[in-house]
Amino acid sequence: MSAALRVLLVDDEAPARTRLKELIADCAAFVPAQVVGEAANGREALALLESTATDLVLVDIRMPQMGGIEFARHALALARPPAIVFVTAYDEYAIQAFELHALDYLLKPVRRARLQATLERARNLAAPERDALRAVEQEPRRYLSVPERGRITLVALTDVLYLKAELKYVTVRTDEREYLLEESLSHLEQEFREVFVRIHRNCLVAKARIRGFERVDAQESEQNWVVLLHGCAEKLGVSRRQWPVVKELAQS
Amino acid sequence: MDNGVFNATSVSSINHNARSDSLPDLRNLGVTVRVLLLGNGAGFAAALLQSRGLAEFAQQFADLAAVLEPVLLLSLVSLYALSKWLSRLPYAGGIAVILLLELVCTTLVQSTGVAMGEVPTLAGLVRAWLLCLLLTAFIIAYFFWRDRAFSPALADARLQALQARIRPHFLFNSINAVLSLMRRDPRRAETALEDLAELFRALMQDNRRLTTLADEVALCRQYLNLEQLRLGERLKIAWDVETLPGDALVPQLLLQPLVENAIYHGIEPDAAPGIVEIRISGDKDQVRIVLANPYHPEYQHRAGNRMALANIRERLALHFDVEANLSAEVVGEKFEIRIVLPYRKKE
Repeated sequence: MSAALRVLLVDDEAPARTRLKELIADCAAFVPAQVVGEAANGREALALLESTATDLVLVDIRMPQMGGIEFARHALALARPPAIVFVTAYDEYAIQAFELHALDYLLKPVRRARLQATLERARNLAAPERDALRAVEQEPRRYLSVPERGRITLVALTDVLYLKAELKYVTVRTDEREYLLEESLSHLEQEFREVFVRIHRNCLVAKARIRGFERVDAQESEQNWVVLLHGCAEKLGVSRRQWPVVKELAQS
Repeated sequence: MDNGVFNATSVSSINHNARSDSLPDLRNLGVTVRVLLLGNGAGFAAALLQSRGLAEFAQQFADLAAVLEPVLLLSLVSLYALSKWLSRLPYAGGIAVILLLELVCTTLVQSTGVAMGEVPTLAGLVRAWLLCLLLTAFIIAYFFWRDRAFSPALADARLQALQARIRPHFLFNSINAVLSLMRRDPRRAETALEDLAELFRALMQDNRRLTTLADEVALCRQYLNLEQLRLGERLKIAWDVETLPGDALVPQLLLQPLVENAIYHGIEPDAAPGIVEIRISGDKDQVRIVLANPYHPEYQHRAGNRMALANIRERLALHFDVEANLSAEVVGEKFEIRIVLPYRKKE
């Protein structure tokens, strides 16, 4: 058989990680496995994944900074994502959703036999489906993940000025630079409806960054209002169709 | 409230239907004010019904007040004096004594009127007796209804305690933390299990009981030991309980749910360490409790806080009426809860 299974443990509670380590050691006689790293939240875990070859991630759902499900969504952007199994103490909603979307999960306290079965299957586990994870997520992500040269760049949502759909990609514009994202604009609009407003068929703008509106005199163009953003010279056109929605926001 | 103490010791059954009725705390400011309002309200209504114009109404009310006010004040003073003894009587016995007392008060006030030159009539005295009994019965019925109205919320509260207040998330994570100690530090594991057991014992009890502040604080410490085990350095606790009046009576589970909320909303969402501050002080009349935790506006959608606060407010109102107060507000970067309650001791 192949070498030992490389496992990454992610939990914000140190005792929970200790417990899993003990159990993985107990399973060693049946399934050779080795803990290659530990992280206290999703962000740390993503950083570790870049430097450490990993076959399986056991990840808690509720953690500060970045929870397990958001972590999994970003980890999928890796060229070769690891298998991911969620570990939770109690989360009725999440467990229902896991069942529905056939995602793997373990319940704390974890039983040795149950863990062993998971480890045995780990090499054959497919990475979780993007859509399944989106369905399971209970709250919007705090970051967007952009794969760049085999690494994952996290873009904090609070840094984003606007999102613009162009052909296959969505351009993410922050104060510093632009990123290309492989997600659909309508999914992004749904997930972040609190943060962005759609001003055009192909453009979402961060509500908090809107500085004002300006009328442009262009007889032929269908757009006659543009949005001005803080920290950005670009003027973004509002479509006639979206103008009522945007105007309402501007007035409130 | 005094009868609350006696009531609580008699109601040890888990079955909340076994709750016995009791007289209100006759020394409580809230109760006194309610009696005065109800008494005067009734007088006001009676005067209004009997009069045809405003001038006549003023005259009617003044006549009535001349009898009503002395009776009300005399009753409140004598009930205050007798309250300890009355609360020891069975509910029906207590009511009988109060009705009798009211008749005596009415007769006294009536005979003073006679001494001042009014013409005594038997019919007038009987009429006064009847009115007095009617008003007393009305007020007793009001307090009976009020007590009942609070009860369903209190029965629910116990259920909540198991289903929501001790969050399943906390229970399973704590058991998991104990399991992680088993091999490395069996003694600490033992202590942790003992803490867990006592916490659940308290939770399963009838939380309408009153307990001493010292016991409630001890329970909080056991709870915090468990959370410390889980959260390690992320949880820092600053106790300021030097002038803690340990013998003061408080509703059971007054503090623990609040401390749990402080951790759930203030500590758990943050990767960096945070402080939960607990300050308890007291003087001869009052106990003051302040609880503060870091405030994270971005996680306020975590539910559950308002429910716990509403429940504690209700229980404080039941035991102490208007003499207790709970307020919650965001002060700078902290979420602060302040509780003031009257200093009552067990006899």
